[in-house]
Amino acid sequence: MSKIHLQIDGRDVDAEEGMTILETARSVGIHIPTLCHHEELEPYGACRICVVEVDAGGRKGLVAACVRPIDQNMVVTTRNEQIDNIRKILVEQFLAHAPDSEVLLGLAEEYGADKDRFEKQSTFCILCGLCVRYCVEVKKKNAIGFYDRGSTREIKFIPELAAKECKDCKGCFPLCPTSYLQAAYHLTEALAFPSTTFVGRGSVHSK
Amino acid sequence: MPRINSPAELEEFRKDIISKRDPNKPCIAVCTGTGCLALGAGKVVTAFKEEIEKQGLDAKIVDIRETGCPGFCERGPIVVIYPDETCYLQVQPDDAEEIISQTIIEKKVIDRLLYVDPSNDVTIARESEIPFYKNQMRHLIGNNIKIDPKSIEDYIAVGGYSALVKALTEETPEQVVQLVKDSNLRGRGGAGFPAGTKWGFAAASKEKKKYVIVNADEGDPGAFMDRALLEGNPFAVLEGLIIGAYAIGANEGYLYVRQEYPLAVENVTLAIKQAEKIGLIGENILGSGFDFKITLHQGAGAFVCGEETALLASLEGKAGEPKPRPPFPAVKGLFGKPTNINNVETWSNIPLILNNGPEYISSIGTENSKGTKIFSLVGKVNNTGLVEVPMGISLRDIIFKIGGGVPGGKKFKAVQTGGPSGGCIPEEHLDIKVDFDELAKVGAIMGSGGMIVMDEDTCMIDVAKYFLKFLAGESCGKCSPCREGITHMLSIMNRISEGKGREGDIEFLEEIAISTQNASLCALGGSAPNPVLSTIRYFRDEYEAHIKDRRCPAYACKELIAYYIDPEKCKACMICKRKCSAEAIVGAKKQIHVIDQEKCTNCGTCYEVCPSGFSAVTRLSGEPVPPPIPEEERTIVGKSK
Repeated sequence: MSKIHLQIDGRDVDAEEGMTILETARSVGIHIPTLCHHEELEPYGACRICVVEVDAGGRKGLVAACVRPIDQNMVVTTRNEQIDNIRKILVEQFLAHAPDSEVLLGLAEEYGADKDRFEKQSTFCILCGLCVRYCVEVKKKNAIGFYDRGSTREIKFIPELAAKECKDCKGCFPLCPTSYLQAAYHLTEALAFPSTTFVGRGSVHSK
Repeated sequence: MPRINSPAELEEFRKDIISKRDPNKPCIAVCTGTGCLALGAGKVVTAFKEEIEKQGLDAKIVDIRETGCPGFCERGPIVVIYPDETCYLQVQPDDAEEIISQTIIEKKVIDRLLYVDPSNDVTIARESEIPFYKNQMRHLIGNNIKIDPKSIEDYIAVGGYSALVKALTEETPEQVVQLVKDSNLRGRGGAGFPAGTKWGFAAASKEKKKYVIVNADEGDPGAFMDRALLEGNPFAVLEGLIIGAYAIGANEGYLYVRQEYPLAVENVTLAIKQAEKIGLIGENILGSGFDFKITLHQGAGAFVCGEETALLASLEGKAGEPKPRPPFPAVKGLFGKPTNINNVETWSNIPLILNNGPEYISSIGTENSKGTKIFSLVGKVNNTGLVEVPMGISLRDIIFKIGGGVPGGKKFKAVQTGGPSGGCIPEEHLDIKVDFDELAKVGAIMGSGGMIVMDEDTCMIDVAKYFLKFLAGESCGKCSPCREGITHMLSIMNRISEGKGREGDIEFLEEIAISTQNASLCALGGSAPNPVLSTIRYFRDEYEAHIKDRRCPAYACKELIAYYIDPEKCKACMICKRKCSAEAIVGAKKQIHVIDQEKCTNCGTCYEVCPSGFSAVTRLSGEPVPPPIPEEERTIVGKSK
């Protein structure tokens, strides 16, 4: 691995080839906000709250710090008006789903986001995918997944797998920034877990 | 068909095919591309076959050839008769008898089936002299009408696979990459990245396993460039791909085509089989020692899979979601191996470069965009179809010279280029040169080549809303600026078109659009705001009319319009009353008709059917509907007929 020299917010930084901008920044104590990032999981690059500006040989562009590998002599800016504006809008859009999320409210304060500017969306989930990826990558159970795409994308527990795997795990619960995950789990449990005992005309779970 | 083991044997095979063909023998070429098939070309072919038999002709006297799309879809089914190149339009099965007896036997042209130039009423017999064709430069689709896409022999007869021979025998892989670089060909899939440079990246990799891929996931509404190439001349795409594989050092290729293109799938599958059979795909191609195999993969209908990293994910069996680049596919592509992906049209250009030299491409076009480009010209334009033009032609020439202008005497309003995430260009920019950079300057994109013409009846809010709705369903939903941005822009556009727009909505839209544009993961999100931004840029007054005056100037947004019957003009003819499917019109003979606004669905039928001599039905927007005239005043008196 060769050494890479770069600049972050005016500071000269040396790092190892293959590291991301986020890893490099964190290694020298520069904070970049994240939502979909988790040390134990593969970088995902979906929430885009970690957006930073990169100047590579005069070509400027915005990239997600969590997935962008560093390059020799790269110049990174982690905050400026454009970046702050994007983060503000992203936080506002997330708050439209989850207005009470503490993580989001903290970011809202930092970036001056107004939680009421966007029309409320009654999903409570910001689709960071932490739960899905944790279940796939760490637990290797695939009990929760993404469903549909675009505007109608959502997370869903797969009842047959969740009934078997989740009861004694629930490792994804603390990762959720909005607490929607727990609700989704209980809803799936109540409505869709396969039942094994039939009583009369209705059906109940075997406990 | 024999297996061909060397370039010399291919030449022998070609000579043999040509020697058995008489160029002066009449040949009836019928377009059986998807468009003409839908218009009944299949029945026309059957009618010709039956008629040939009935009139006692045999294969020695006349040939019949089912071809791919020559482009003039508006006038299909299209029949071209060789060697005179007589072009008959809108041919019906009933015309077969006359065409055989008159044109084939008597050598007479049938005037009523010819193109009539609307500007001077002159009939034109030869295909290449019809203005629609005359003003094009048909390097890629020109062969479509000349070959049967199900016959590799037809392709070989017109010089097919000679470019492959040249590459394998006269050029090293590095030289082939250099030729593509020298041609300055830019990728036709949308981004316009220089093809030679892209090839160079994958070629430079030392990895043993590499892949080449044809991106045939054409998903733009109203676009069918790639479909026509794959249906009409799949061989050229494959030849380009084999040459690319040789240049890059790949022994395996994929053709990723949308499953919604059954005829393209059928023709490509057959073209691959035929090429395998004679040894143009497989081991030791033409004795060169180069091996190559192709697998056709059908996509499951996701627009985002046209994005190359999403396409790779889909090919690998994963959800079709884009991945961040770098790493680029040239470094880490399909199954982690170096991969070169180009669009169908890009691959089709490759044989031209080998056969005619790189200047064949580089001598055409503008400074930074070379060669020809195929567009699907659709919407409110007289000559709907597929057009291939040199880069640098003006939009005005495409729409008016080739497309024949806007039908029905309506006024041109805008042209939307570049697919759903393209931009709308108004009249004032019609003289720009069509190339990658000029289109971007006016807020649109080249995209893969969609071109939708709109007239004065088109509401630009409605258009932007339509494309956003498409994108809301087709965004993969992985990254938030794209998913959330499109969702919110769409909901704001919806309220504007419903007359519930708010002061500040335009600025709010712009703000969301810019964040979506700059922060999205892939090009879908990066370009998704274009329909909104370009319509705000050129048609801000329409946005303001919707928001401030609750008025739709094009009378297209149903919530903002009303229909009203002018009691002074109504002759109580009952036509509108009978046609109204909502039964919203009150009236009787000699009773002035009145629209019950509560029941009216604003479908506009009454407006369309009211005789032009009366023109009693009027459209209203942004103003109140006058109260209905009192019932006692509705009787028409004193107007005896």
